[in-house]
Amino acid sequence: MIRLLFSNTSRFIFLVIFQVLILNNIQLFNVLNPYLYILFILLLPLDIPAWALLMLGFMLGLSVDLFSDTAGIHAAATVFMAFCRPLVLIIVTPRGGYENEPVPTLNNMGSRWFITYSSILVFMHHLVLFNIEVFRFNEFPITLLRILLSSIFTMVLVILSQYFFSSNRTR
Amino acid sequence: MRNLWFFIVKYYAFFLFLFLESISFSLIVKNNSYQNASVLNSANNVSGQMFLMVSNFKEYLSLKGTNDSLATENAKLLSDQQKSNLKTPSDSISYNDTTLKKQYIYYPARVINNSTNRRNNYLTLNRGSKHGVRKNMGVICGSGVVGIVNNVSENFCTVISILHKQTRLSGQLDSTKDIGSIVWDGISPQELTMLDVPSHILIKKGEKITTTGFSSIFPEGILIGVVRDFEMKEGDNFYSIRVRMTSRLQNIQYVYIVKNIYAEEQDNLESTLKYD
Repeated sequence: MIRLLFSNTSRFIFLVIFQVLILNNIQLFNVLNPYLYILFILLLPLDIPAWALLMLGFMLGLSVDLFSDTAGIHAAATVFMAFCRPLVLIIVTPRGGYENEPVPTLNNMGSRWFITYSSILVFMHHLVLFNIEVFRFNEFPITLLRILLSSIFTMVLVILSQYFFSSNRTR
Repeated sequence: MRNLWFFIVKYYAFFLFLFLESISFSLIVKNNSYQNASVLNSANNVSGQMFLMVSNFKEYLSLKGTNDSLATENAKLLSDQQKSNLKTPSDSISYNDTTLKKQYIYYPARVINNSTNRRNNYLTLNRGSKHGVRKNMGVICGSGVVGIVNNVSENFCTVISILHKQTRLSGQLDSTKDIGSIVWDGISPQELTMLDVPSHILIKKGEKITTTGFSSIFPEGILIGVVRDFEMKEGDNFYSIRVRMTSRLQNIQYVYIVKNIYAEEQDNLESTLKYD
């Protein structure tokens, strides 16, 4: 329990700093912005109560907002994503149901499950985020392009990070 | 009442979700309305200090480019100086000039945080209220317009970049002095669009577009960009001109904050006008 708390706290701090100092400076073709910080929500324990999930999402979004002059935009998108997570978990339930897996990492759950689960949530987050930022429907095609490309970029980073920081326990 | 309470407890996650989303949206609305200074911005001390540290480090990586741009600018200023004008006999009589009064003061500032890849971009500078920076001052760099000061703290300020949804700058064609408004369509960080230029005006490719000085923010004649291309849709009476920006905001390091000494006077006077 303590270990879980510690690893999640340090992941929170690391991801926020990594996002604002490094990823926010990436400007590929001017449409690609990866938002890796939502990895924190993806990797929260499966049995976390809903209120904690939502509050953590709000705090995470707000701390990214604080550093990128986007007051509330990341918070709104991340809370939306946190709210959707239990529903997505129901949709993608593996055949045998969830066994006693505390944390939904790629190693614990298998790559196919993890990629489906995280790409749905990443896409939802980016959809809300970019549309709130633009807030105009006549720019929707270019926004959609940015959403798709950025989602792919974020997914690549999410999967890479899984291989990078995975523990040796394999299923 | 009891039933309502049970209902709320049963679906508490949904209500918490609505509550948190409404907080977020009120923050967004507050941030977007022009009058309210927002609380959450990178002008605060924690994030400001952090960005300053990173910028101190990053500065070394681009010293050569910065030197070059500063040297070019110095050379340009030197050639604009009074001393570099040819003295004709009529100039040689010295007199005390009391007709000229200074209107604009420039503060140098360093960019400590910057973005160009979002729809709404901001910069953070290392100058704040302590150094005399106020809201709504213009920000320029050696090669063109950069943005307008938005939030000011003691040591830092945030700037709404020209690459922003709300940007609406008035610009003029350099040769004919015809005005139009300049907006950013959110695609390329090097390209702006100039609207509302009437159809009877002759536009040349490569022509310069500068600020007008009608507003109290920018001095007249600051370069914005050059005409790359223009078109008029059928049945429309106005051109839409594609403007290539002269300032490169992606790797900008040093900027100047423009203080107009008479800004307050002009704004006060203009606020008494009634348009209806």
